[in-house]
Amino acid sequence: MAQSPNHSILIKGGQVIDPGRVNGPADLLIENGTIVAVGQKLAAPSGKAATPLATIDATGKLVLPGFVDLHVHLREPGFEYKETIKTGTAAAVAGGFTSVCCMPNTNPVNDNQAVTEFILDQARAAGNAHVFPVGAITKGSEGKELAEIGDLRRAGCVAISDDGHPVMNSLVMRRAMEYALAFDLPVIDHCEDLYLAEGGCMNEGLVSTQLGLQGIPAAAEDVMVARNLALAELTGARLHLAHISTAGSVRMVREAKKRGIRVTAEACPHHFSLTEEAVRGFNTHAKMNPPLRTWQDVQAIKEGLSDGTIDVIATDHAPHAVQDKQQEFAEAPFGIVGLETALPLTLALVEEGVLSLEAAVAKLTTEPARVFGLSRGSLTPGAEADVVVVDPQKTWEVDPDRFRSKSRNTPFAGWKVKGRVHITIVAGQVVYESE
Amino acid sequence: MSLKQKDLVSIASLSTDEIMMILETAESFKEVSGREIKKVPALRGKTVVNFFFEPSTRTRTSFELAAKRLSADVINFSPSSSSVVKGETLLDTARNIEAMQADIIVLRHPAAGAAETLARGVKSSVINAGDGWHEHPTQALLDLFTMREKKLDFKGLRVAIVGDLAHSRVARSNIYALTKLGTEVRAVGPPTMIPAYLDRLGVRVSYNLDEALRGVDVIMMLRLQLERQGRALFPTIREYSRLYGLTAERLRLAEPGALVMHPGPINRGVEIAPEVADSFSSVILDQVANGVAVRMGVLYLLSGGN
Repeated sequence: MAQSPNHSILIKGGQVIDPGRVNGPADLLIENGTIVAVGQKLAAPSGKAATPLATIDATGKLVLPGFVDLHVHLREPGFEYKETIKTGTAAAVAGGFTSVCCMPNTNPVNDNQAVTEFILDQARAAGNAHVFPVGAITKGSEGKELAEIGDLRRAGCVAISDDGHPVMNSLVMRRAMEYALAFDLPVIDHCEDLYLAEGGCMNEGLVSTQLGLQGIPAAAEDVMVARNLALAELTGARLHLAHISTAGSVRMVREAKKRGIRVTAEACPHHFSLTEEAVRGFNTHAKMNPPLRTWQDVQAIKEGLSDGTIDVIATDHAPHAVQDKQQEFAEAPFGIVGLETALPLTLALVEEGVLSLEAAVAKLTTEPARVFGLSRGSLTPGAEADVVVVDPQKTWEVDPDRFRSKSRNTPFAGWKVKGRVHITIVAGQVVYESE
Repeated sequence: MSLKQKDLVSIASLSTDEIMMILETAESFKEVSGREIKKVPALRGKTVVNFFFEPSTRTRTSFELAAKRLSADVINFSPSSSSVVKGETLLDTARNIEAMQADIIVLRHPAAGAAETLARGVKSSVINAGDGWHEHPTQALLDLFTMREKKLDFKGLRVAIVGDLAHSRVARSNIYALTKLGTEVRAVGPPTMIPAYLDRLGVRVSYNLDEALRGVDVIMMLRLQLERQGRALFPTIREYSRLYGLTAERLRLAEPGALVMHPGPINRGVEIAPEVADSFSSVILDQVANGVAVRMGVLYLLSGGN
């Protein structure tokens, strides 16, 4: 698969979708790592010194910008037994993601430029997807003192978040939002009131009552969404809400957007594909935070995706080793892997009529790029060639043993799904081809 | 006679026929405990391991007696008395026990779902002796046994379950059992101790004990975990006791001759007044005695019933 950068790739005969710009049959030409043309009947470059040309037949396939995931956990440094930057980005490109934003809850926490630089070095060495680190809001993500956000920005962080350790102190959150304005950095919050959620391990509802498990009420998310929206209004900060999961969150974000608050939001495939019912049998692969909610919440998430309240589909890829998940339900850690199943779960929304194909692609490409201000997720000539060729009709069975990720913790094992990545190209290099 | 399942992890997964079969089997074993030589050879050569991750005197002793009266070999295994160390998973520990050819593992564990998870991972039969707030099936079975022994018919019966239902495996198992058998169940406690959507399990929820006691045939009091004070579930033990404690005066609101039950251990003067606990209405010690018979029945049926 390794190729010299001095070559051309011609992707012929596919349906090219570059949301908002192109949607139709077209060829796409890549030269020296850059997209040079999208159009009808493109031919190999002529008149130049002959560069080696690879042609990809994309008949019956979709040619899309490489996907951008605003929410992944690559676990390195500190938890390499769960995932490394190399295995995590290998999983990313296998799922069509050419850019991933990694959360700072590593060990040490990514709260300083040394950790940021380490992550970027490892990502370069891995040579799979582009990695955009997210820096911590507070030192050690302890919610007390601000991290050196300016330094993090300069080192390459594209946003800040204390993901997994939400900032409970509203004053600290206010100051973080204000301070981030200096760099126009998005401030991400994992909205969870830790007092309301304390000890909880699944959604609070009928299933938690039946199973005798402590619940996390929807209100634990809703009250923090409300707080954060109020603070965003107060400060004018760019607020991005991670993995919203409740009908209440969707309603509040919709209303806030109408009033002009600078807020964006993401939803995860599991939150629109599964409900709390998946926990029955004490299935730890159905344990994540925020937890799987009710059917009504799933409908609200779909409506939010459909009407644009929710801008982005992000995976919250959270790898955990077998021994981590093979514990009592309350003891097992939260999180599931998501990079290698996001595409078919998103395409299922198209099949269901929730999103048009172009809107679904946008939520994986142009929209996340816009939210974090990344010059990614587009097929504009001149852009670096991050491209994914998708076979939308290909049906396959999810088999965790075939994941590129180091971890296998998915609730979708055995699911028959439709839509598969055929080829992934990062910066003009083919980094993944389906078997 | 035997159960369809390898294990007894929950009442929710039992059919009414299976529940009745266990009760009838237990009845035939009750007589054994009254003999001078309290032993039958039904489980001779079988090994039962009591695997207790929570302190428990009554349930562990009850299982131990039940197994011994069936002539099984019994081993008690608990984290304090064994080499269970942090880092070894429950499943690994259990597989070690299984490797020593345990036929039946009796598990008490603080985590909901522990018994179900264990049952999937081992070939031995697993009996859930209480998993977190989830279920305590043999407790519900012995409660049913006690009601039946007092000539009560489950259909049309009215039972009030009073106290901290949110954190009670006894309440859940009894709700599943009684609703399957056509009994009217009233769940009574402060709103902070009633779990979400409890009414959808087919019970009537009430926050007022005096109202809920009217016309009931059985009052099942739950133990108040005193350490929950300070967790904003109730203001003081004093106030809890005034609102939800069973007094002799309150007992008169129920049907004449109503039974008073409690899974023990009781907090005298908190959820139950001493004179009520010791009254003629109280069947608390019958419950304990019946526990042995019911557990003998369960052990017998799970070991193949031959």
